[in-house]
Amino acid sequence: MKRIVPIGPYHPLQEEPEFFKLIVEGEKVVDLEINIGYNHRGHEFIAQKMTYDQIPFLVERICGICSDSHPYAYVMAVEDAARIEVPPRGQYIRTIIGELERIHSHYLWVGLAGHFIGYNTVWMWVWRYREPLLDIFELIMGNRNHYAINKVGGARRDILPEHYEKIEKYLDLVEEKTTMFTKAVLDDPVIHARLENVGILSKEDAIAYGVLGPTARGSGYAIDVRKDDPYDAYDKVDWDMIVFEEGDIFAKAKVRLLECYESIKIVRQCLRDMPDGPIEARVDEIPPGEGIGRHEAPRGEVFHYVRSDGSNMPARHKIRAPSYMNIPSNVVAVKGYSIADAALVLAAVDPCYCCTERTVVFEDGKKKFTGNDLLRLSRQKTEKLRRRYGR
Amino acid sequence: MANAKLWGLKKSPWVFHVAAASCNNCDIEILDVLTPRWDVERFGIVLVGSPRHADALLITGVLNRKSLPRVLRVYEQTSKPCLVIGVGTCTCDNHMFAPSYNVVGPYDKHIPVDVYIPGCPPKPEAIISGVVKALKRL
Repeated sequence: MKRIVPIGPYHPLQEEPEFFKLIVEGEKVVDLEINIGYNHRGHEFIAQKMTYDQIPFLVERICGICSDSHPYAYVMAVEDAARIEVPPRGQYIRTIIGELERIHSHYLWVGLAGHFIGYNTVWMWVWRYREPLLDIFELIMGNRNHYAINKVGGARRDILPEHYEKIEKYLDLVEEKTTMFTKAVLDDPVIHARLENVGILSKEDAIAYGVLGPTARGSGYAIDVRKDDPYDAYDKVDWDMIVFEEGDIFAKAKVRLLECYESIKIVRQCLRDMPDGPIEARVDEIPPGEGIGRHEAPRGEVFHYVRSDGSNMPARHKIRAPSYMNIPSNVVAVKGYSIADAALVLAAVDPCYCCTERTVVFEDGKKKFTGNDLLRLSRQKTEKLRRRYGR
Repeated sequence: MANAKLWGLKKSPWVFHVAAASCNNCDIEILDVLTPRWDVERFGIVLVGSPRHADALLITGVLNRKSLPRVLRVYEQTSKPCLVIGVGTCTCDNHMFAPSYNVVGPYDKHIPVDVYIPGCPPKPEAIISGVVKALKRL
């Protein structure tokens, strides 16, 4: 007999509001329905009412954990549209902050994964060593989160020479502690029992669902924007992509922990090779046109699209975050496992609901627009814009 | 009887965390307050799993059309008297989401809020100080 176990919208294990309907037979999960939208704030709409320089502050508030990734992808989209060349020092600063953010985000996930399996020691440990990194962010940029380092044309703040030493000292600490977690956490028989062969996402399913980031790399699907389409300083430094074939939660945990080492490597090389010079290019105006920006966020590829009509505000700003692709893959990953494993499997993709939210218009209990309607409206708008600008 | 409840509330407030439509940041700073550097569990402040066990609600993020009925329901389920603490600038004045079509805040239109903690996100020290101020008002 099928029964429904609701998880959410306010569930003690989840920090964000979202609703999962687990359809179970006895202890076994046979199906999953995902209901999101509690977090929808309409960023794309607000962005069209703001100037190009204001939007980085808006898009970094899409998600507080990857608050460097969204502005990073956005400024690359505008730079692509306006053909702006970023000075080398600006590129290196952005790369360093992007990688430091990856360490902080992966640490956060490892801690929460420990919390989800009831192993709070791991949570407390990992979050303790996340704190010094937030201190470094505060030192460089003045805020623990929401850094506001990205700016169209370069970086907003410089990393001063006296900060190098502090960053390197922290990198030594984080390297030592990552080794400790890798040894103590991943060799723990309890963690093996809870994570191994649980929530398996096969390579075929990973490709079919189009998953990104560590979720894809844990399933043997080697995809990483930093390698596939290098930007800023990523093609000037030496690092490896971490890929595991198993597809279970243990593989995803290994990918995230080992990626911390790669991030440490990248930041060390960037600090060593950091060029002198200006940190930002002068931006006069954004010509009409369109541009895309892609950045490998801790959860996968963030994609921003900006269309400019020559004014000081974008005519269209489209955002796609990695969790939008990753969360639907839970439907195949959670099937066949017990309810006790479900909470962990749902968290294994490192979900970020505030990036994912979309909205649907209902009228009289029925969906107002279907997929085809939206396609038609979008084509009509493109035609209208083309006619207006005579192109 | 009301005094007995207040006495219980002051000693070790149990908090329930409600994220309306936040960006995660205030939420992770709230968790940060529980982790070793600040460790407020020393003072008996514990994050609980049900609003029925809670003495205080920590609310983060702006209110939107979909989360408003859920937040009101959580507030109704909380045993009274309870404290409502708004964490983050979003709870005070909708922050930069005010022009959005989906935002129905700010909070004081819908539920009584005792203390607002501004900041984007507020630092853990600010969160602790806000909770202390809320307790002192009792």
